[in-house]
Amino acid sequence: MIRSTCFPLRCVLFRFFRSFSREVRTDHVRECASKPDLTREASLYVHWPYCLRRCSYCNFNKYIPRENKDSIMTECLQRETETLLHLSQVSCITSVFFGGGSPSLADPSTIAAVLETVSKQASLSDQAEVTLEVNPTPAGRMKLEGFHLAGVNRFSVGVQSLQDEDLRSLGRDHNSQEALQTIEEARRLCPGRVSVDVMFGLPKQTAASWEDQLSKLFTVCDDHVSLYQLTLERGTQLFKQVQSGEVSMPAEEVTAEIYQHARETLHQHGFVQYEVSNFARNNSESDHNLSYWRGKQYIGVGPGAHGRFVPLGEGVVAREARTQTLEPDAWIREVQQMGHGTRRRILMSRLDLLEEVLVMGMRMAEGISHKHWDVFCPQMGLREVFSESMCVQELLQGGQLILDDR
Amino acid sequence: MSGFPSITFRRRTSTQADKDTVDLSKFPADRIRNFCIVAHIDHGKSTLADRLLEMTGAIAKTGKNKQVLDKLQVERERGITVKAQTASLFYDYGGEQYLLNLIDTPGHVDFSYEVSRSLSACQGVLLIVDANQGIQAQTVANFYLAFEAQLSIIPVINKIDLKNADPSRVESQIEKVFDIPSEECIRISAKLGTNVEKVLQAVVERIPAPAGSVHEPFKALVFDSNFDHYRGVVANIAVLGGRVKKGDKIVSAHLRKTYEVNELGLLRPDELPTQKLFAGQVGYIIAGMKEVKEAQIGDTLFLQERPVDALPGFKPAKPMVFAGMYPMDQSEYPGLRSAIERLTLNDSSVMVQRDSSLALGAGWRLGFLGLLHMEVFNQRLEQEYNASVIVTAPTVPYKAVLSSAKLIKERGSEEIIIVNPAQFPDRSAVSEYLEPMVLGTILAPDAHTGKIMNLCLNRRGVQKNMVYIDDQRVMMKYLFPLNEIVVDFYDLLKSLSSGYASFDYESAGYQAADLIKMDLLLNGHPVEELTTIVHRERAYTMGKAMCERLKDSIPRQMFEIAVQAAIGSKVIARETIKAYRKNVLAKCYGGDITRKMKLLKKQAEGKKKMRRIGNVDVPKDAFINVLKRKDK
Repeated sequence: MIRSTCFPLRCVLFRFFRSFSREVRTDHVRECASKPDLTREASLYVHWPYCLRRCSYCNFNKYIPRENKDSIMTECLQRETETLLHLSQVSCITSVFFGGGSPSLADPSTIAAVLETVSKQASLSDQAEVTLEVNPTPAGRMKLEGFHLAGVNRFSVGVQSLQDEDLRSLGRDHNSQEALQTIEEARRLCPGRVSVDVMFGLPKQTAASWEDQLSKLFTVCDDHVSLYQLTLERGTQLFKQVQSGEVSMPAEEVTAEIYQHARETLHQHGFVQYEVSNFARNNSESDHNLSYWRGKQYIGVGPGAHGRFVPLGEGVVAREARTQTLEPDAWIREVQQMGHGTRRRILMSRLDLLEEVLVMGMRMAEGISHKHWDVFCPQMGLREVFSESMCVQELLQGGQLILDDR
Repeated sequence: MSGFPSITFRRRTSTQADKDTVDLSKFPADRIRNFCIVAHIDHGKSTLADRLLEMTGAIAKTGKNKQVLDKLQVERERGITVKAQTASLFYDYGGEQYLLNLIDTPGHVDFSYEVSRSLSACQGVLLIVDANQGIQAQTVANFYLAFEAQLSIIPVINKIDLKNADPSRVESQIEKVFDIPSEECIRISAKLGTNVEKVLQAVVERIPAPAGSVHEPFKALVFDSNFDHYRGVVANIAVLGGRVKKGDKIVSAHLRKTYEVNELGLLRPDELPTQKLFAGQVGYIIAGMKEVKEAQIGDTLFLQERPVDALPGFKPAKPMVFAGMYPMDQSEYPGLRSAIERLTLNDSSVMVQRDSSLALGAGWRLGFLGLLHMEVFNQRLEQEYNASVIVTAPTVPYKAVLSSAKLIKERGSEEIIIVNPAQFPDRSAVSEYLEPMVLGTILAPDAHTGKIMNLCLNRRGVQKNMVYIDDQRVMMKYLFPLNEIVVDFYDLLKSLSSGYASFDYESAGYQAADLIKMDLLLNGHPVEELTTIVHRERAYTMGKAMCERLKDSIPRQMFEIAVQAAIGSKVIARETIKAYRKNVLAKCYGGDITRKMKLLKKQAEGKKKMRRIGNVDVPKDAFINVLKRKDK
C-alpha cells in the first residue's frame, strides 16, 4: 500500500509523475481485460443545473431558470442516461448521485423517472446508494419524503454554516434553524444515511465561533460530515468583495487551527477521516464518492457533467474523459437532436489514467493497496514504480509517506 | 565619419577644411596652459566647460550646447563625467594667441586614479564650488588630489545667479578649509556667462606653462584612451618633451610594444588631425593599438630610437568593489555577454571574470574601481543595451596572510586576495586577515552630526577629524572598512540628512580584521551561493538580516524549514518557515478531477524551476532577493 500520512500532499504527487512518465509507456491499451468488472460497472452522476439564487462563493455550473423547464429537463436527462448507458455497455450501476445546482428544486417525479430509466437498462440494486443534494430550505424539506419515495436513500444536506450571519453573507437561501429542521427530517427518512456539508474559513470566522458551531452541529448531525474549506474562486462575487477589501478572509494560521480543531473534535465523536474532506462513523462512508477516489468508471449525465468510462458501444477500448455541454439550453438541444450532449471526449492515455488513480487514491486514508494498483497497472508493481525515486525516498524517510506490504 | 553606432563616446573628425590649418610649432611651451576642471557633482563643471568652448570658438554658440563633453547618456542624466574628455582652445590674451588645453576629468574619486593621471598632465585646476551648496565632500577630495600634485588651484564660485547664492560664505569656507585667500576666488555664473572671461584670463595668468622642451627626446603620458571600431585605440596623450609626427615608431613603456603613429592631432573637442605634436601640447594619437589595455592610463610613450625612463607612479587599475552579474534569464546570456564586452572595450578598469552560480546560472563577477563606477556601469548596461541584469550585492577584496608553508606554496604567495567566499582560507592556516579601508569625508549641516556619527559608529567607522567649515557645516573624516560602505551607507546618509550630507572616500590601504566565513543553512544544508565573509562584530546583524530575507522569499513547504546563519558549526541566527497550511479541503469529485489535475501539473512545472537544497525547494527569486542589492 502506498499512502500519505498527512493530507496536504498534493504538491508532492507530481514528483512521482516526473519519474513515472519515463517508466510507463503512454500507449492506450485495453483497460484491464483481465479485470472485466472495471468496464462492466459504473456509478452515475446526474447534474441538475438550476438554482434559485447565486451564492457569493460558488463557481459551479448553475443557472437561475427563467421558466419552468422541469418536464423537458426530465425528458432529456432520461434520454441522455439511456444513450450513455448504452454507449458504456455497463451492466451494473453501483450508485447514483443527484448533484447541482440545486437538485432538490427538481420534482421528485424527475428523480423517479431517471432512476426508472437506469433500472430498465442496467441492474440497480435496492441496496445501491442513491444520494440527492438538498438545500435546507423549508421547500426542500417538504419534498424530502417525495424524493425518498422516488428512490433516494441518502441525503447530503448543504448546511454550510450554522451561523445565520455567515449564511447571509454567503448568499444562501436558508437559515440555521431551517438547516436543523431539514437534517432532522432527512434523518427520519434515511437514518444513518444523511451527510452534512460544512464550510470553514468563512469571512470573519474565528476559532471561537467555529467551536461554537461545531458543538451545535454534533447535536444534530448523522453519521457523515463533509468538511470543506471555502475556496476563493475567481469570478465569484466573494472574490470581488475580497479584492476590493470589502470582505476579509481569515488568515492561513486561523484556518489551519480551525481545521485541526475540527479534525480532533470529529475524531472525539467517533468520526473517521476516510478522505481529505470526508468523515464518517458507523461505516457510513459514501459509496458513490469512494468509487471516484478508487478510480472506478462513472457516467456523467446533465449539463456540464463529467464522466470517465470506456465507450465500448462505439468500439473504443480505452477510457475516455467526457464532458457534457455546460449551458442547459444548448445541452437540451443537443440531447434532443443526438441523444446526448457530450461536448468533449478525450482519450486517456495509460499515464493519464494512472495519474488520476494516484491523485485520487492518495486522498483516501486507505491509500492505494498493491491490489488496487494492480487493477490499473498489472505490468509494474507499486514498489517497482516508486521505490527508486529520490523524492519518494525522502518522503518515506520523513514519515510523510508509507509504502508497505498492504 | 567613423565609429560604431552603439559606442556613444565616438568622436567626429573635423571637416577637411580645418585640416592642417593649425601650425602647432608656433605654440612654444610658454604659450600653452594645461588645466583641469574639478568639482563636486552638479556644481557646474560641464556647463563651465561648454562656456569656455563657446567663447574660444571651439563650438558654436547655441542654446543647445548642453555639456558637450559629457557624451554618455548616463553622464548627462546624472550630471557627472565618467570618461575624461579633452579640448584644445585657442585664446587671445595680451596680443598673443595661447593654446589652452582643457583636460576634463571624471568627477568622482572612484576614478581617482584616472583623475590623478589627468591631473598629472596639467599644471593647474579650476576648483568649482556651488555658491549655494558650498564645499562638498568631493570638493575636498578633488582639492587634495590637485594639492598633492602641486598644481595651481583657481577657486571658482559658480551659480552666483541663484537666488540663495552666498558667495561670501563660500569664499570664507574656501579660506578656512583650503587656506586659499578669498580674493583669489572668481565669482561666476557659467549658465549666464558672467565673468567667464575672467576665468580664461586667470588660466593664462595664474597657471604656469608646461615645463618640457622640444629639444628633449619625445616623451608622452597616456591619460585616457578609448576604442573606435574602425581605427582601433585612440589614446589621449600629453607631450611632456620633444615632438612626435605621423610615421614615427613609438614604444609603450609598460608593454614594451612598438607601434607606428598613423594619425595624431588636437581635440577641439572633435578630432583635428595635425602633422605633429610638440612638448607641452595635448592631443590624440592613433597607432594601431588593438585593445584599450595596450594604451593603459598612466603609461609612457617614447620613440623607438630614443628610449627614456617611464614616468613614475604607473599602476594598472585595481578593482575595489566586486559584484556578480547574471542575466535575468539564461537565454539572455549571449546578449549580455556582448553588452559587457562592448562596455569593457572602452573601460579597461572593469575586471571581468566568468562566474557561475547554481542558483543564478552562468554570469560574471565584475570588479570596479568603486561604487559609482559600478553604478555607472550597470546603468550603461541597462540603458544602452537594454539588458535586464541581476546584480548581486557588492563585496570587497579581502586579504589573508597565510601561516601554513604548504598553503603558501600552493597559492604561490604569503598574502592572498580573496574575492570569492569559497576561497576563504581556514583560520588555522592564516596568521591574519586583512580588509580594505577607506578614508571617508562627510560634509553636512551640523544639525545632522549626531545621527551621522551614530551611523558611522555602527559601520565600524573611526573618527579621524571633525571641523566646522563655517558656522553651520561640519566636515568629518572617518576611517571605514570599505565593506561597511559598499551597500547602503550612502543612501542611509542621504536619507538621515534629508539629502544635505555629501560623502566621498579614498582608499586607505588594508587593515587587520577579525573576519569569518558565515554560512546560510536550510534545514542544516549549506546554501553555497549565500556564503559570505563578514566581520565577527557584524556577523549577527548580517546573519539575521539574511535569514529574514530568505524566510520572506521561500514559500512554505510541507514541513518546517529552519533558516540559519552559522559560523562553523555554531548557529548565530535562525528563522523558521512554518509548514504549509494551504487549503487542501476543496471538493474533489467527478467533475473537479480534470481541473485538479491541471492545477497539479502547473504546480509541478513550477517546482521544476526551483533549486533543491536538501529537501527544500528554493525559487530563484529567493536567491535574487537575498543576493541582489536593495532597491533604492
